[in-house]
Amino acid sequence: MNRYNRHIILSEIGQTGQDRISNAKVLVIGAGGLGCPVLQYLTAAGVGTIGIIDFDVVELSNLQRQVLFGTATLGKNKAKAAKERLDDLNDSISIIAYAEKLTHQNAIHLFNRYDIIVDGTDNFETRYLVNDACIIANKPLVFGAIYKFEGQVSVFNYNNGPTYRCIFPNPPKKDTIPNCSEIGVLGVLPGIIGSMQANEVLKIILNLGDVLSGKLLCYNSQTSKTSILKINRNEKSINSVLKDKGSFCKKEINFNCEFDAGEVSITSILSKENIQFIDVRETHEQPKIETIKVTQIPLSELENNLDKIDSEKEKYLFCQSGIRSKKAVSILKAFKIENCFSIKEGAIDLINHIKEQNKISL
Amino acid sequence: MHITVKYFGQIAEVTLKEEESLEFSGHLISEFLEMLYLKYKSLKNKDFQVAQNQELVSVETKITGSEIALLPPFAGG
Repeated sequence: MNRYNRHIILSEIGQTGQDRISNAKVLVIGAGGLGCPVLQYLTAAGVGTIGIIDFDVVELSNLQRQVLFGTATLGKNKAKAAKERLDDLNDSISIIAYAEKLTHQNAIHLFNRYDIIVDGTDNFETRYLVNDACIIANKPLVFGAIYKFEGQVSVFNYNNGPTYRCIFPNPPKKDTIPNCSEIGVLGVLPGIIGSMQANEVLKIILNLGDVLSGKLLCYNSQTSKTSILKINRNEKSINSVLKDKGSFCKKEINFNCEFDAGEVSITSILSKENIQFIDVRETHEQPKIETIKVTQIPLSELENNLDKIDSEKEKYLFCQSGIRSKKAVSILKAFKIENCFSIKEGAIDLINHIKEQNKISL
Repeated sequence: MHITVKYFGQIAEVTLKEEESLEFSGHLISEFLEMLYLKYKSLKNKDFQVAQNQELVSVETKITGSEIALLPPFAGG
């Protein structure tokens, strides 16, 4: 029996349609609440090449809705963990995991390798980055976003249709959106919205039905009501993106978190248990700390080594003087890694303090 | 005229309802919003777009329909 028999026997799909699915290349940004169902259904449907980009690691509080993960994948990178699960679901397709952050520098190059982009991100900065990169690379964007019990779905930049900027020209005022903190969401909601996104992806691939372009679907899981609002292309917004095409890859994302760097003193932590010490100094810097277990991640390489950070422990970061560790904590917070603290003293003070502690205990 | 107003997401959290019917005698969407700002003070600080009869419109648009919706952006995923 053919794996795709139930597709092929549909007269609207058939073997020709299934071949189109096999030849399609789809990139999913974010393997979170939305990304998981999108990935699951596109993999099962046999989309030939699926890219997953996510820098984040699986946390216990993700399992309430991010259905590709389980207790065995806690602490693992989401793109890699998703690939593991999806490789098992369908071993006849190619799944590529990018365990990195989407940036203005890598977006266009990455998008150029795919036919369709799916937005499963969880912050405005990345959503505008994805939208603008789709305009520049000229790729259709299957958009989904959720808030508590409500969701929005649309297809942007499809056959000259509108883009996200045609609805919301600019990111919201920074103090109005609870961006970096979890605000709560009904677990099944991203399942519904993500499945709708997967449906739009397949419609685009198969050239089937009415693609949700030029329309924004709004769904409320409490009332089960769906509203579809018509949206028009706004040339001014699109042109403003195209005009800045040349400088696009020089831009940086500004995570607009409240950077409460959570400074602490050595004296208050050495008695604690279940903690991870992280040395963010560069590898050549001295003195090294040998009397306690320390994870070394130089500040310059922090973003590429998030998998070394133990999500189950309280993290205490230090450097030579307490300045870089403070910066490192704000970076980790931007990546939504919680329970990170900066030790306000430097490495030498830390060594001396450990020595004194040991004397007392002797 | 009678206008049915629909509120989504964070906007509905300000108005404490998802829908209501209001009497309005002005001409423009912007005037209608001014009226809503008097009724809901914190609405002014919220980001949203306006749809008239299920179509997104600018605030300078004349009111011709009977249904207005206030639509905020969602970030979550």
